[in-house]
Amino acid sequence: MSALLQERPAVAPSTRGAFDPKVVRQQFPVFARNPGLVFLDTAASAQKPACVIDGLADYYRADYANVHRGVYGLSARSTARFEAARDRVAQFLNAADASEIVFVRGATEGINLVAQAWGPAFLKPGDQIVVSELEHHSNIVPWQMLCHRLGVELVVAPIDDGGALDLAAFARLLTPRTRLVAMTHVANVTGGLVPVERVVQLAHAAGAKVLLDGCQAVPRLPVDVQALGCDFYVFSGHKCYGPTGIGALYARRAVLDAMPPWQGGGDMIRTVTFAETTYQDAPQRFQAGTPDIAGAIGLALALDFMDDLGVDAIREHEAALTRHARAALSALPGVTIVGAGAESVGVVSFEVDGVHPHDLATIFDQHDVAIRAGHHCAQPLMDRLGLVATARASFGVYSDEDDVAALVAAVRAAQRLFGLVSAR
Amino acid sequence: MDLRDLYQDIILDHGRHPRNFRPLPGASHFAHGHNPLCGDKVTIFVRVEDGRVADVSFEGKGCAISIASASLMTEVMQDKTVAEAQALFAHFHGKVTGAEGAGVSASSVSGLPADLLEEGDRLEPLAGVRSYPARVKCATLAWHTFDAAVGGMAGGGPLKTE
Repeated sequence: MSALLQERPAVAPSTRGAFDPKVVRQQFPVFARNPGLVFLDTAASAQKPACVIDGLADYYRADYANVHRGVYGLSARSTARFEAARDRVAQFLNAADASEIVFVRGATEGINLVAQAWGPAFLKPGDQIVVSELEHHSNIVPWQMLCHRLGVELVVAPIDDGGALDLAAFARLLTPRTRLVAMTHVANVTGGLVPVERVVQLAHAAGAKVLLDGCQAVPRLPVDVQALGCDFYVFSGHKCYGPTGIGALYARRAVLDAMPPWQGGGDMIRTVTFAETTYQDAPQRFQAGTPDIAGAIGLALALDFMDDLGVDAIREHEAALTRHARAALSALPGVTIVGAGAESVGVVSFEVDGVHPHDLATIFDQHDVAIRAGHHCAQPLMDRLGLVATARASFGVYSDEDDVAALVAAVRAAQRLFGLVSAR
Repeated sequence: MDLRDLYQDIILDHGRHPRNFRPLPGASHFAHGHNPLCGDKVTIFVRVEDGRVADVSFEGKGCAISIASASLMTEVMQDKTVAEAQALFAHFHGKVTGAEGAGVSASSVSGLPADLLEEGDRLEPLAGVRSYPARVKCATLAWHTFDAAVGGMAGGGPLKTE
């Protein structure tokens, strides 16, 4: 097996736009170690390609030392790789400069950083923060906590009955008191693609800053933060084939420069006396303590992996597979798909009449089909949809139509077990 | 592992047609149970008279396991003393977590008085849950909620299971 894992199937540039998920799959050791696994929970966390797994081990073997401190060669090499990872993230998001990238543990920490560092410095009682009904708890709770602390109002932009952000209603919510709009790029429950370009235009016209949650978008779409024009963009490495515990916050340089430090400690300071401390410039100012060096390097390797496949090709693959899955599930009697608006990518949430999502997940597991069942950390959206829970299937670069066929077969098996269709 | 061990006909029947699924006017005790991980919710109503469960009912939303478990519970708890109800809870908990010990039949579990053995056997269809650790909380939600209802004062507050 190790020979198989070592061998990295070539994905030549000529194949971009039409990569074969079955070939890509061979780069993911988890499938060799778990034959028969139908993994449809990539939106929760993606599996890892051998280049990331091996690359992490290789970094520890060859180049590891703490960063930004040692004058010796090994530390300089480690620092160079860590900062190259920052360059890599900046390039991947098309940030204007690497100094606009702050490494964080994940999107959740990125949002909390903005809430805790930017919030108190720029918000006053009576101001408003707008979020949407589509948000993950991580893009609600930090703002709610901040609102309680500062006397700021949390305003919720509604979705329409088809599951799309209601842009007209959103526009009407914006007032001179709106200071920040925090919104997802791709909804984690429905897979719906939010028209964030329009959201940014409307918010900026109202004088508000915009934070976009790119957790489900970065693994699936080309993201260009300069074209989007957003002020903040966050994503988690583990959802785009990288390690857990690493993610990035992008913030426009002018915005980042105006923000006070968040956590205090080593590596974020210039000089320290008991009387006074002066701080580093961004991004170092926001990274107290030894960072997740290997995580950042692993993330850069994951982004290399995605670029090798071609992010446009990944988007095309996931959008096509999502369309196929929605059609295949819709064709089953008793199956209802949760609305995602006009365009969705990588994720489909559904219900099966007469079978609770948790029963579905258990039954699917017996068929080696791994899905997520529950509220997907989006209880307000569940309330809006009038649901307690949904079953959610989500895709990655290794997913294909065979996985969808296994999903459909598992739905039918659940319906047979529950006596909802005649056994055949 | 056969799914039929978990989803026995009696479980599917109680899941689809739960018994005592109604509010209980005149309840002396009630409690709300909520599993925050999955969103399942249950409210247990109990009317205790002279130290006995004169009536018990429930309402809620959840999976087949949680609804069937609540339904079977309301059947076995009828007319039990509070002490008997607690013995049944302990017995049930052991049954679904596997703490009763492998190879030991339900009716011989120590601690369950002889006159409750029949009720213990009626809960046996839920024993399959022990092979599905992720689902144990589904089966125990109603029971923890019942325990909070009768253990607390009338109108016990919201309860969250672990």
